[in-house]
Amino acid sequence: MNKESKCSCGGVISANDPRFEELKEYIDSLKDSKGITMPVLQEAQRIFGFLPLEVQKFIAKEIGIPVSEVYGVSTFYSQFNLTPKGKHKIAVCLGTACYVRGAQAVLDKLAEELDINVGDTTPDGLFTLEATRCLGCCSLAPVMMIDDEVYAKLDNISVIPGILQKYYEQRLPE
Amino acid sequence: MRTISELQAIKDAFTAKRQDSKEIRVIIGMGTCGISAGATPVYEALRDGARKMGLDNVTVCPTGCIGMCTYEPIVEVKVPGKETVTYIHVDAAKAEKILRYHLRDGIPVSEYTIGGDCGSLTELDFYKKQNRVAIRNCGIVNPEDITEYIYKDGYFALAKALLNMKPSEVIDEIKKSGLRGRGGGGFPTGTKWGFAAANEADQKYFICNADEGDPGAFMDRSVLEGDPHAVLEAMAIAGYAIGASKGFIYVRAEYPVAVERLNIAIAQAKEYGLLGDNIMGTDFCFDIEIRLGAGAFVCGEETALIASIEGFRGMSRNKPPFPANKGLWGKPTIINNVETLANVAQIILKGADWFTSFGTAKSPGTKVFALGGKINNTGLVEVPMGITLREIIYEIGDGCPNGKRFKAVQTGGPSGGCITTENLDTPIDFDNLVAIGSMMGSGGMIVMDEDNCMVDIARFFLDFTVDESCGKCTPCREGTKRMHEILDKITGGEGTEEDVETLKELAQNIKLTSLCGLGQTAPNPVLSTINHFENEYIAHVKEKSCPAGVCKALINFSITDDCKGCTLCQRSCPVQAISGSLKKKHVIDQDTCLKCGICMNVCKFNAIVKE
Repeated sequence: MNKESKCSCGGVISANDPRFEELKEYIDSLKDSKGITMPVLQEAQRIFGFLPLEVQKFIAKEIGIPVSEVYGVSTFYSQFNLTPKGKHKIAVCLGTACYVRGAQAVLDKLAEELDINVGDTTPDGLFTLEATRCLGCCSLAPVMMIDDEVYAKLDNISVIPGILQKYYEQRLPE
Repeated sequence: MRTISELQAIKDAFTAKRQDSKEIRVIIGMGTCGISAGATPVYEALRDGARKMGLDNVTVCPTGCIGMCTYEPIVEVKVPGKETVTYIHVDAAKAEKILRYHLRDGIPVSEYTIGGDCGSLTELDFYKKQNRVAIRNCGIVNPEDITEYIYKDGYFALAKALLNMKPSEVIDEIKKSGLRGRGGGGFPTGTKWGFAAANEADQKYFICNADEGDPGAFMDRSVLEGDPHAVLEAMAIAGYAIGASKGFIYVRAEYPVAVERLNIAIAQAKEYGLLGDNIMGTDFCFDIEIRLGAGAFVCGEETALIASIEGFRGMSRNKPPFPANKGLWGKPTIINNVETLANVAQIILKGADWFTSFGTAKSPGTKVFALGGKINNTGLVEVPMGITLREIIYEIGDGCPNGKRFKAVQTGGPSGGCITTENLDTPIDFDNLVAIGSMMGSGGMIVMDEDNCMVDIARFFLDFTVDESCGKCTPCREGTKRMHEILDKITGGEGTEEDVETLKELAQNIKLTSLCGLGQTAPNPVLSTINHFENEYIAHVKEKSCPAGVCKALINFSITDDCKGCTLCQRSCPVQAISGSLKKKHVIDQDTCLKCGICMNVCKFNAIVKE
C-alpha cells in the first residue's frame, strides 16, 4: 500500500502530516473512555475535512481495533465522508414540512444548475449538493443552507441561479 | 450545594434582582428556528445598542424557541409595571428603532408589534389552548444561565428526591403519574425505571435519547436549546431512582446549538454541585457525557442507539434481553426521550395527582406537537392529551393557508399514517391514534392540503426508510426497497392495479417479520394512504392522472383562451418554455417545460391550467 493517499482536490496526505499529531492528542485524551470510535471519527473529520483510508488506518492502529471495523462505522453513518467535499456545501432540507411545500423542486433546480447529481461535488470543487433531513426551521419551508447561511421560503425556484452567482463571484480573486 | 436553603437563597437573590423596578427585560427567541430567521444580528444590535446608549437598566436576554415560528425573529420587551410588548419579524433596522423609541424613550413602536391591542403572545388563540409543562421554560429563561432555571424552581425536584425520598418512592411517584414515553412507543416510564432498579449490578446507565430523527418534529431540539437544565435535572433524578451513576445524552450532530447549550449547562450544574460527586451532600454521584450521533435515523431505536454509543454500526438486535436487563456494555440501562424527561422534575415537585389532572385516563399529561406543512401558524404547541385534531389544526394552527382545502394530517412521521377529516374530532392520545390507523410518534404533525398527492407522500416516506434501514434484516432492507420501486413506478405513470395489491401484501409481510420498530412500522404511510385515498392510487394506475397535480410524469400545464398576452409567465419561466408575443395568447412547449408551476402561480388571469 502506498504511504500517501491522494485526494481529488489535488492535495496529498502524507504519513508525517502534522494533523495526525493533532488527532493523536485527541485520541490520547479519551484513553479512559469506552466506545470512542465515533467521537474519534468525528474529530478526524473535523481536522481533515473527510476520512481518507490513511486516516482510518491511523485511527484503527491508535485505538486498537481492526481497520474493517473503522471502515464499517465510517460507511454506516451518513455524516462521515470518505471523499473530499466541495468548498461550499449546499444542503436542501427534505424534511416532511419542506417536502410538502416544494423542496423537491428546489433540489431538482440546483442539480440542473450545477449539472451534478445529489450527493456529488462539482468538477471545479466549488459546490457539494446534498439533501438533508429536517434542518429544524419548518416555518421557513422550503429551505436550504449554503454553509451556515440559511435561504428561506424558496417557493420561487427562479431565484436560485442568483443565489449561486454570489458564490461564483466570491471565487474570482483566486 | 448541600441543602434546599442554599438553592432557595439563589432563587431569592434572583427574585430580588427581577423585582428591581428599573430592570427592562428584552427577550429574544434564539432557537435554531429564530437564528435561521435572522435573530443573531437583531440580538447583537440590541445588546450593543443598549450598551452604546448607556441603557444600564436594559437586560437583553437570549432564550430558546418561543414557539410561534411564523413570527420569528420575535422580541419581547418587558417594562416593569407595563404590559409586555411583542415585536415580530424584527430585523437589525427595526431593532435600532425599538432601542431608540421604546427602550430609551419608553414609547413602543406599534407598527412592528403583533398587532391590535394584543401586545402579549399569550393572549393569542395560538397560546390560549396550550398548557405548557415540558416546554414550560422555553422562550422564557436564558438557557445559558443556571440561576434563571433555579429561579423557575429548577433543581428543587432533584433536592426533594435526594433529601426526602427513597429511590423506590421516586419510581412509585412516576408510576402513579402514568407518564408514558413521549418518543413514540408510549411505554409507562415508571414501570421501565422499576425494571432497572430491580436489577443488581455494579454499574447501571441512564441514557437520554436526543436523536430526534423524525423529519418535521423538533420538540426535543426546542427543549434542549431552550431549557437544557430540565433534561439534566430529570436525568439525575432518574439516575438516583434506578441506581445509575453515569448518564449519556445521545444527541444529533445536526443540532449544534443544542449541543453547545448542553455543554454549558453541564459545566454550570457541576460548578453548582448539582452534577458530579456527592450531589447535595448525599452519597449520590452522577455524571453526564454527551455523545453525538452521526446521521442515522435507526439510532432512535434503543438497541441501535446502544450499539452506536459502544462505537459500532447502529444496528438493532433482538429483544429480549431488554436494555433494562442487559443494555450498554451489558449493564442495566434505561433510555428515555427528551420530552419525557422534561416532565419528570415537575411531577416530582408538584406530585402525580397534579400531572394526572391533565389529559386522559390512559394518557395523562400533555404532549408537544410540531405543527408544520400547509398550516398558517407553524410552530411548537403543547396541549393536554385528549384535545381533538380539529382544535389543534383550526383553533391553534388557523387552518390551511391561501384558502386551500384541508386534506389530511400526517402524524408519527415515517412510522405513522394520515388522518383525514372524518377523524378530526377524535380525542388525541396514544391509543386513539393507533385505533384510527396512525400513531403518536414523537409528535410531528404535518398538515397537507388539496395540492398534496398522497401517493407521492407515501413514496417520500418510503424513500426515507429505504435510506435509513440499517440493512440487518431482510424484510426491511429488501422489502422497503421493493415497495419504493413500486411507488416510483406508480408516480412515474407506469403503475398497474396489480401493483397496488402487491404493495399491500409486501406491507403486511414487512410489518410482521422485521426485526425492529423501524421496519415494523415502515409500511404504515403506504397502508394508511391506500386505506384513506385508494381512489388516488387508482387514478394514478388506471387513468394515469395525478388528481393533486404533483406527479410530474402525469401532469401537463397549458394556457387557456383567458390569456391576455401580458408576457408575465414568459418572463417568469426558468427554462424559457413559454412563447408568444404581447397581447397574444401564449403557448407552453411541453418538451422544454419542467412542470415547476411558476407560470401558474404568477398568472393574474388564471389562464394557466394543470391537467
